[in-house]
Amino acid sequence: MTDATAQDKIAGPTPDTAIRDAERADGPMLAADGRPLKKSLASALRRQKIRALLLIAPLLIFIMFTFIIPIGQMLFRSVENQIVSETLPRTVAALDGYDSESGPPSGEVFAALTRDMVVAAELKNHTRLGSRLNYETTGLSSLFRQAGRGVDDIGEDYTDAFVDANEAWEEGETWVRLLANEGWIVASDEWAAREEAAGRGFDELPPRFVFADGVEEALPRTTEMYADFAAVLRTEDGDSPVDEEPWNIVYLSLYEDLAANPDAPAAFEGAEAELLAEAAEIAAGLEPFDYTAAFEEIDEDWLGEDVWGTIDAFSSDYTAGYFAASADRKLTPDGIQPVDEDQRVYGTLFLRTMLMSLGITVSCIALGYPVAWLLANLPLRTANVLMILVLLPFWTSLLVRTSAWKVLLQQQGVINDILVWLGLVSDSNRLIMINNQFGTIVAMTHILLPFMILPLYSVMKTIPPSYLRAAKSLGATNWTAFWRVYFPQSVPGIGAGSILVFILAIGYYITPEIVGGTKGVFISNRIAYHISTSLNWGLAAALGTILLALVLVLYWLYDRIVGIDNVKLGG
Amino acid sequence: MADTANGTAFVAFERVQKSYDGETLVVKDLNLSMPKGEFLTMLGPSGSGKTTCLMMLAGFETATHGEIKLDGKPINNIPPHKRGIGMVFQNYALFPHMTVAENLAFPLEVRGMGKSERESKIKRALDMVQMGDFAGRRPAQLSGGQQQRIALARALVFEPELVLMDEPLGALDKQLRETLQFEITHLAHRLGITVVYVTHDQTEALTMSDRVAVFDDGRIQQLAPPDQLYEAPENSFVAQFIGENNTLEGVVEEIRGDHCVVKLDSGDIIDAKPVNVSEVGERTKVSIRPERVEYNPERLQQGAHTLKAEVLEFIYMGDIFRTRLRVAGNDDFVIKTRNAPDQVRLAPGDQIEIGWLPEDCRALDA
Ligand SMILES: Nc1ncnc2c1ncn2[C@@H]1O[C@H](COP(=O)(O)OP(=O)(O)O)[C@@H](O)[C@H]1O
Ligand SMILES: [Mg+2]
Repeated sequence: MTDATAQDKIAGPTPDTAIRDAERADGPMLAADGRPLKKSLASALRRQKIRALLLIAPLLIFIMFTFIIPIGQMLFRSVENQIVSETLPRTVAALDGYDSESGPPSGEVFAALTRDMVVAAELKNHTRLGSRLNYETTGLSSLFRQAGRGVDDIGEDYTDAFVDANEAWEEGETWVRLLANEGWIVASDEWAAREEAAGRGFDELPPRFVFADGVEEALPRTTEMYADFAAVLRTEDGDSPVDEEPWNIVYLSLYEDLAANPDAPAAFEGAEAELLAEAAEIAAGLEPFDYTAAFEEIDEDWLGEDVWGTIDAFSSDYTAGYFAASADRKLTPDGIQPVDEDQRVYGTLFLRTMLMSLGITVSCIALGYPVAWLLANLPLRTANVLMILVLLPFWTSLLVRTSAWKVLLQQQGVINDILVWLGLVSDSNRLIMINNQFGTIVAMTHILLPFMILPLYSVMKTIPPSYLRAAKSLGATNWTAFWRVYFPQSVPGIGAGSILVFILAIGYYITPEIVGGTKGVFISNRIAYHISTSLNWGLAAALGTILLALVLVLYWLYDRIVGIDNVKLGG
Repeated sequence: MADTANGTAFVAFERVQKSYDGETLVVKDLNLSMPKGEFLTMLGPSGSGKTTCLMMLAGFETATHGEIKLDGKPINNIPPHKRGIGMVFQNYALFPHMTVAENLAFPLEVRGMGKSERESKIKRALDMVQMGDFAGRRPAQLSGGQQQRIALARALVFEPELVLMDEPLGALDKQLRETLQFEITHLAHRLGITVVYVTHDQTEALTMSDRVAVFDDGRIQQLAPPDQLYEAPENSFVAQFIGENNTLEGVVEEIRGDHCVVKLDSGDIIDAKPVNVSEVGERTKVSIRPERVEYNPERLQQGAHTLKAEVLEFIYMGDIFRTRLRVAGNDDFVIKTRNAPDQVRLAPGDQIEIGWLPEDCRALDA
């Protein structure tokens, strides 16, 4: 330690020593009170930062809820695929390790599917799943609907066999006594009494079903199915299983339990043990159920590898399937494969959207640049009048403007009429200017033109006329002066306008929808279709995500080539 | 003028008028001719039409009436880029997207000059303004003074015979302005170029120019070398506008050749030199420069008229004393005296007698 620092230590920091400290080459710069300058500055700036944050907080919260969260959800939707594993949990588990090339899966998988479908049909979930899988393989929707109806009857023979032997099996109470925990029975009775007393409008759910000790080990399949039965009854109907006869599949499960484990009744006592022993005897006389045959009877397509390949490919919680579809690919058991040539639409659409947006941007530059130049160089009053004309389209509804183009451009429309009248085209040869790409480009250019003119204008406004004069005085012709001196300085305006127009164009869908026909529609029209008509939101989300990624890539390219500093919206 | 008559004028304005709106004339009947190699300054208050004249000469504005000739040929119909006139703008107008070297290369490129020749010329021009090390910089990376030097180099690099400068130093601080004033005049004389320089700063005009054209109200009020302008203003606008000036108002009593007697409004009688007055009884403004006023009784001319004065304020300015007096009812009468060992220092309240040589006291228009 040098003497100087020792002295500082003793005296404590004074402004003088602080400054001396600050002047020392090493060590952090100190403020007058001896604290490090960086820290002082940071705390001085913190309050400013907090104030700034508070000022933008309302907007931030608004954007958070209306923009960022929905977009996040949309992005999530493009990979989310829990519907399969949530609707068919047993099937998905049973399919583990399945290879669709070796034909239809084992009976065990069909047994699992039967149970899943019974529950799904009760919850009416199977049609949703059918629609979802139908996006991947057509025909699955009706297959699921049929199966939903068919699985109800599976196990009916076993029900009859048990009930024929002892009518008690028909009673819900028999099952409850056999399976339920004492405490649950008491709670259920109390609930029933409350319901009785309250009459209509009683909306308390019955208590959640609880099995008696040891029952689940003795009758695993039965209790598993019965648990689902009780839960569906409770949440869907608000009923207690005491008064309800279980599903056929529960009887079938009971048979399978007793066939697999004839000693099961030993786990019970009293009347229940007797009842079960009797049932075990009946079970011994019955044949095992052939699930595969049952599904074959519902529809033989259930044995096809298409169905099982699809279910297997989409059994995971997250899928690349939507993105594959967006790229005209298909998720098959053998990996990602291109779809048939006649089904490829999205690649073309993306390419077309890009190229047409580019075309629209270029024509906006071509039309907007001279107008902006005029605006920037006319006397203020004239410029203001012109500016109103530029902004005029904003005062009319987008729909009206687009429809106006329809009137102008159609084959019996104003422009064709005039051309025919002038004799430039023959009546039989009227030009087709709408419901194609030409119509889309014309109408969109018109609609997006102000977004090009405004940034161009505000940039040109800041270019002093003395630059052009200087260039001319240095010997440049009008064209050289413009091209070498004026134009480079207006490039930031072109950049800003182009980004604005291009990004707006790429996501436009109303105008292409109205004037684009089939050849002039954009990818956004397809997205809108999936959102509102086919309801395939996952695919819509994937397409949207790809569009967003494309825009970001283009933005990045623009930054690399032109430089994002070269974008000015004014001043 | 003689130059115009025998056809040697390099730049000539002949009866030039200019109106922007068709209602008022911004330039009224401008006649001006200058020989090759002259440094002429247009000096005048803001809005007096100086820039308009310059722009007409450069070709960016057309004269409403009259003719402008360059080297004897009318140039009214020649577009600006063919006139070959170098120009320096007040805001420099350096192209912001080009480096210094590219800015300088621009006039040479548009003239189709080869690369090596261009480079040597650019180097010479940059060295000329002592900016040789800055060729790779962008204008935004230069200070105001440096930008002005580059603008000057760019206007000179293609070797024009005529260079126009519109308030080129207006945005700079005083010290830099003075340095550059000197450099510009020096360069202009060394290169033998003809310069039309516009400013509203009279010191600048006086120190730089061969001749100064004082503008007011769209007319040239006086066109003369700086010393004449200062010492022999031809009208009261010029007298007031150039340098410090004391004005006394009165009526001409008597005119005899180059001597006249003026009766001031206060009743005092003074001697003056008639410049703009021709008749007895005409109203006049009499103009006397502060440093030509004498109050030392020993040096006052015998027999000449003197005035009584009361000292209101005495300001010590180092090299000179500046004394404010009340003379003939005018409270702003200023005299300046050199700080010499024998000089009397006045004090407020002193009553003195002041006088001057009749030829220093000019009777001008009222
Ligand atoms: N482009 C123009 N349009 C209309 N009036 C102008 C224009 N330029 C200058 N004027 C007017 O002409 C007059 C002279 O202007 P200017 O030549 O710029 O004066 P100075 O350069 O001496 O300050 C001013 O009254 C100004 O308002
Ligand atoms: Mg001016």
